[in-house]
Amino acid sequence: MRTKSSRRFVLGGLAGVTSLALSGVGRAAPSGTPVRVGSTLSLTGPLGQTALVHKIAGEIAVEMINKRNGFLGRPVEWVLLDDQSKPEVTRSLYENLITVDKVDLIQGPYATAPILAGMGVAQRYQKVYIQSSMGIPKNLTYDMAFPATPFGPEPNKSYPKVLLDAMASTKTPPKSISVLTSKFPSAQFMAEGTRDEAKARGLNVALYLEYEFGTRDFGAIAARVKDANADMLWLGALGLDSNLLLEALRKLDYVPKRHFHLYPAPGPLAVSPDGDLALSSTFLEPAPPFTDRKDVPELAATYKERATKANVPYTDLDAQGAGMYTQWQILEQAVNGAKSLDDKVLAAWLKKNGADTIYGKIDFNGPNNHGPAAQMVKQVQNKKWVVVWPANFAPPGVKLIAP
Amino acid sequence: MPSLTLLGQSLISGVMLGGLYALVALGLSLSWGLLRLVNLGHFALAFLGAYLVYHLGTVWHVDPWWAVLIIVPVFFVFGMLQHWVFVVFRVTELTSLLVTFGISVIVESILQWIWTADFRRYETHYAGVSLKVGPFYVPWLELVALIVAVGLAWASWAWLRWTYVGKALRATAEDADIAAAFGINHRLLSFLLSGVCAAYAAVAGAFIALVSTLAPSQIWAWLGVVFAVVIIGRLGNPVGALLAGILIGAAESLAMAVISPAWAPVVSFTILIVLLLWQPKWL
Repeated sequence: MRTKSSRRFVLGGLAGVTSLALSGVGRAAPSGTPVRVGSTLSLTGPLGQTALVHKIAGEIAVEMINKRNGFLGRPVEWVLLDDQSKPEVTRSLYENLITVDKVDLIQGPYATAPILAGMGVAQRYQKVYIQSSMGIPKNLTYDMAFPATPFGPEPNKSYPKVLLDAMASTKTPPKSISVLTSKFPSAQFMAEGTRDEAKARGLNVALYLEYEFGTRDFGAIAARVKDANADMLWLGALGLDSNLLLEALRKLDYVPKRHFHLYPAPGPLAVSPDGDLALSSTFLEPAPPFTDRKDVPELAATYKERATKANVPYTDLDAQGAGMYTQWQILEQAVNGAKSLDDKVLAAWLKKNGADTIYGKIDFNGPNNHGPAAQMVKQVQNKKWVVVWPANFAPPGVKLIAP
Repeated sequence: MPSLTLLGQSLISGVMLGGLYALVALGLSLSWGLLRLVNLGHFALAFLGAYLVYHLGTVWHVDPWWAVLIIVPVFFVFGMLQHWVFVVFRVTELTSLLVTFGISVIVESILQWIWTADFRRYETHYAGVSLKVGPFYVPWLELVALIVAVGLAWASWAWLRWTYVGKALRATAEDADIAAAFGINHRLLSFLLSGVCAAYAAVAGAFIALVSTLAPSQIWAWLGVVFAVVIIGRLGNPVGALLAGILIGAAESLAMAVISPAWAPVVSFTILIVLLLWQPKWL
């Protein structure tokens, strides 16, 4: 009996070692001429803060791809240039990447304006163009451009629905809303959608205001928000607008009952004394159930380490970093799935198969290659962002807090 | 129709904002009016001051008021050195525009290199403190900025009006050769005034750090409105700069309250164009 079980143990061990060795063959270090993938990011200029998040996540993605099998067994080299947050520079750099550097493939940049600028060049040279931060999907008209983030084809409708559903689920659903937005195109577009959806649900839109991108002083705007005194404040904010407005409201001794922020700087808002219970949207946060997904724990841990080193104010992986990682996952699956570097072949493969990403399965079968929307609502709780809606995506023990 | 409380609160916000505009405008107005140098570098210098106050406060935990005392003399010396460069290269009113634009770009790059393009916010415990006056709230930091602006504007005006140095500076601005014939050492005085303008940039920078968001590209965000303030207030007139700052700040805030925040940027230039067309005697 004892001999039998020892033999089983040895045989089992041998089988395990063999399977490990075989799987190791599949993951042999890529070799040969690198596959060069070119892209730009706004490493300097006003978009620099978030682009740095994309850079860190992109570098981790390339390292993880190279730890696996690269592209077609060849190592991947990322040729990254700085577009200075300027669409005209983005356009020239993509032209350069394709015609002078002669990269094999390209990736999209960060933010709507640079994405649109690069898309024209990609279209001219018929290159597959994957991006993760295009705020106005209807403008993604190039048939070989693919979204890496599940915004859905009409986020101006789907975003407000998710948020207002979340609010309706609370004990005291808001009856009135103030909508305040930067005139930044992707924010304004979402604000209009929120206003319309709120009206359609019978909410009183107590205030709808637009302010210039780059507004310095929120004193008078805060006075109007206080004057309107709605049950909920929806803010189409970019960067530190949220902090500035909440601070201006505090100076008027006013705390909005509930407040949602569209594209805030996640770190400063989470740690701000005014940021408690702030709401925003997301697709992934580094907590269960997302950490059960393949790659997420390693990505989140490495990201935290690199972001800390780079002095990024908020060191947890968020939807921006996750989006960039997804861009690379999609390109990796397309190249290795289609066994080709030909852009048209890759585009056809993606349209047929979609991609399995850290966001889950992404399909490209809807309008402008967009699949279904998958927005969620997150909230600052104890100085950290946590997913609170839909409830099944909230970490254990976490609930939407609605005062 | 907006409520009286809303209008009053917006007016208070605007007047406070005007104080900050005036602080930034003071140095530029004096430099343009009395030295005949359109110093675009003044904005960059103010932001350099803001970043230094931010850095001293967040990294070395130096109280902002102490930080101002440290950077003001440094900026005074820097202003004189900058003027020495202008003198050596015989920079004129027109070429100063180009040269100081270049300086601004260099300073912007240095700021970006050291502090990155990230938005920075200097959080202090007084940032959200307000004084309650009836139904209105007066933000404490902005009130201090306004008081400092009033103090500096009045002191500068008194200095120019009643002191020998001030009179000499005004005489030089009128006609440098005639002033020199009366024994005025205009070169020495111009160094002094350049130092003072740079020191004012440091003071403005400290308040920018305390009440606003910092990003290197923000240097340019102040340019248009402060230029309007300087021109409306009359070149070289510190009290004019203060009043123009308050006028524009208040008008912007009321536009935000009554019409829409999106209209605020239009206000400063509309006022400027109207005044230039009207050409009142005091302008």
